[in-house]
Amino acid sequence: MQVVLRNLRIAFPSPRGTSEAVRGVSFTLGQEKLGIVGESGSGKSLTARSILRLLPRQAQVSAETIEFDGIDVLKADETAMRAIRGKRAGLIMQDPKYSLNPVMTAGQQIAEAWHAHRGGSRREAREAAVELLAQVQIRDPKRVADLYPHELSGGMGQRAMIAMMLAPDPELLIADEPTSALDATVQAEILRLIEDLVSRRGMGLILISHDLPLVSHFCDRVLVMYAGRVVEEARAGELARAKHPYTRGLLDCMPSLVHPKPRLAVMRRDPAWLAT
Amino acid sequence: MSAITDAGRSPARFRASLTGLSSVAITLFGLILVTFLIGRAMPIDPTLAIVGDHAPPDVVAKVRADLGLDQPLIVQFWIYLEHLVHGDLGRSVMTQNLVTTDIAHFFPATLELATTAIIIAILIGVPLGVVAAARQGSRFDHVVRVISLAGQSVPIFVLGLLCLLLFYVKLGIAPGTGQQDVLYEGMVPDVTGMRVLDAALDADWDAFWDALAHLAQPALVLAYFSLSIITRMTRAFMLEALAGEYIVAARAKGLSPARILWRHAFGNIMVPLITVIALAYAGLLEGAVLTETVFSWPGLGLYLTGSLLNADMNAVLGATLVVGAVYVGLNLLADLAYRLLDPRVR
Amino acid sequence: MTPPMSLTRDWLLTDAPESRRQASLGRLYRGWLQFRGNYLAMAGLIAAVVLIAFSLAAPLLAPYDPSAQDLTNRFGPPSAAHWLGTDEVGRDLLTRLLYGGRITLGMVVAIMVLVAPVGLVVGIVAGYAGGIADRILMRLTDIFLAFPRLILALAFVAALKPGISSAIIAIALTAWPPYARLARAETLTIRNADFIAAVRLTGASATRIVMRHIAPLCVSSLIVRVTLDMSGIILTAAGLGFLGMGAQPPMPEWGTMIATTRGQILDAWWVPTIPGVAIFVASLAFNLLGDGLRDVLDPKQG
Repeated sequence: MQVVLRNLRIAFPSPRGTSEAVRGVSFTLGQEKLGIVGESGSGKSLTARSILRLLPRQAQVSAETIEFDGIDVLKADETAMRAIRGKRAGLIMQDPKYSLNPVMTAGQQIAEAWHAHRGGSRREAREAAVELLAQVQIRDPKRVADLYPHELSGGMGQRAMIAMMLAPDPELLIADEPTSALDATVQAEILRLIEDLVSRRGMGLILISHDLPLVSHFCDRVLVMYAGRVVEEARAGELARAKHPYTRGLLDCMPSLVHPKPRLAVMRRDPAWLAT
Repeated sequence: MSAITDAGRSPARFRASLTGLSSVAITLFGLILVTFLIGRAMPIDPTLAIVGDHAPPDVVAKVRADLGLDQPLIVQFWIYLEHLVHGDLGRSVMTQNLVTTDIAHFFPATLELATTAIIIAILIGVPLGVVAAARQGSRFDHVVRVISLAGQSVPIFVLGLLCLLLFYVKLGIAPGTGQQDVLYEGMVPDVTGMRVLDAALDADWDAFWDALAHLAQPALVLAYFSLSIITRMTRAFMLEALAGEYIVAARAKGLSPARILWRHAFGNIMVPLITVIALAYAGLLEGAVLTETVFSWPGLGLYLTGSLLNADMNAVLGATLVVGAVYVGLNLLADLAYRLLDPRVR
Repeated sequence: MTPPMSLTRDWLLTDAPESRRQASLGRLYRGWLQFRGNYLAMAGLIAAVVLIAFSLAAPLLAPYDPSAQDLTNRFGPPSAAHWLGTDEVGRDLLTRLLYGGRITLGMVVAIMVLVAPVGLVVGIVAGYAGGIADRILMRLTDIFLAFPRLILALAFVAALKPGISSAIIAIALTAWPPYARLARAETLTIRNADFIAAVRLTGASATRIVMRHIAPLCVSSLIVRVTLDMSGIILTAAGLGFLGMGAQPPMPEWGTMIATTRGQILDAWWVPTIPGVAIFVASLAFNLLGDGLRDVLDPKQG
């Protein structure tokens, strides 16, 4: 399974013409964990969602290549895309309060995902849902399956979301800021869970976040995005030796217990970064 | 009622149901008060309506005392309340019947009309709204929006008149006014007061088709009226639902568009939609007044306007009170439905 | 920066306004641009303006006197002399239509002038004061909301005397609750905002806070509501006229005109129909206008 993106451009119509949110992003991804880091508005979510063509209607997408395992995503029709979505690639979103359907129970939504791609009877789907909830380390899966999203805590909701997206057994998981809406203590647990499941199932992972140290800890490779462009691409271990001033700025801004600094640095944005 | 079972589950919810009921009670009380005050605000002396202009003063005085009109207002209100509790809305000056009898006689026809109208409006309006939202910006969407906009702006009595003109006069495919042709008058036993139903119950199929044909025009006119609101609200709710993050998640799951549209998006709007429908049904009571006048439909609206023209205050107030109470009841039902069906509120 | 001699587009649309006036004018202009892009809303605006203009200018535009009868030409079809034909006593329909517009619009304006301020005040007071005042006022609002508008108006008109003033009062009495609700909801949202707390800290009295800070913020949603409501009120007023409870004949109110000529739907169908079309156009115009205003002023409610 390989994802290939070459020169992706995404623009939106605005009162003053079109504004480009993504300006020529390229990367490839195999069975590895790729992290995409950037601040709000850097285009990281859009980039990842374009692989599954889950962009809003007004988005104008163009690229030389968007390929998922050899399938041309740009030219594929909706039916072909639906065969990819869910079954071959899943998407976890930021806040389970909004990304889970409020009027269906957790179990129903997971069972739906399972059933859509694996068929079988309703009972089989329900049992599979409970089993999946157990796999995401929920302690009382039978009870939780009957709960509605508003009755779940943030962490449990995200686990349910993960279970839901893993139900069809996909090859790629896109996690769009999966922990940004969670408490700090729960963040690490959820990420560890994702890492564990992804490794065990031999999946690829795209982890999107604004948290650089988090991403570098859990991923093999890291892409840093700024204003719609990729400004840095490095292996996670080599980030400390990053070259681009934006990345350096991000790294310098981080407080450290090991190397205490008398003064925390402030990010200085060079307009030149927008021009590359 | 759910209040009792709720009490076992949660004292807070029981209290909430109680306060809901008490606020309805207060509203009903206010309704009664307002109707009473309207009645007493009349410049026309109801005594004269009964005894005529030329009655000698002592007769007038006696009738006034009988009617309790010489008592202070509070006492009059108390008497009014007492009568109400016993289901006595006074006597109609026009028909000389008890107002309650008259209302019971006329109400079913309105019920028949309004219910048929709302069913048609729901069956057509909801799918229209859903599909229009799914195809936002398309030509279909524009057509739907224009239709519902027109429906909200057209005066319902003009529409009724035009329908009569077009379908009855020019094209001759619809029958004229009234609930039934003169031919069938009195042939169907009056069980529910709803001719179509009564004819069916009596297996008098000629009368049935005739009644149905007569029902069609006013029901369709009223239905168009409701449909505009229902379609518009359905579309608005659907657009909001379709913008939700969980819709993106559903798409990411690879579900079919139909499933996403109906099970996910529509599933989320059903509850507020029910509220809208209940309110639309209540709004039909208003529309019925005008429609019944155009089509000479013997319902509560016609009774109300007839009483108005004759300054028959008991009848007017009685009918107003009944309609108001139905309105309150429907609002209450809508609220209850919301509470029972929305998992977030349960 | 001193204001330029002319209000150029760039000055209005700049991202960094340098004075309050520039910012508010810019906002108005931006709103106007958005409104202008909505062709339906523009159609509504134009229709409404035309309607108002024609009604105001009725004495100048009307070819005849609205009460001038001509019993030799009853139910005359549209002709060169009478563009829209004549009614049941030979009066020119076009004239009566124009004058009827004055009545309808006059009624609507009168109602709005009564209803909007009262509703606004009730709602803001209820929302800001809270507690018992809030509960009582909301109870009152609920009671009036509990009636279907037309029916309560009918009851009121019956108690008073059928006529325009009764109709205005009756409709006004039933139309104010939604505004109170709206104003209260807005007030509750704003009341706990930080800037209100800041103003209170500077020692502003409750009246000042309400009048200068809260009321202006309620105004935009109120405007939208008023415009949209106008279409409904036009229909209700016409409905009352049709039932004989509003303006009384021989006044050329559109609903009344339909009531008196209704029987002629078979022979002289244009006589009751044309006022009906007028009502439709008027109501539609305000509906479109209100929708357009709402898209600009209150987009989240779309």
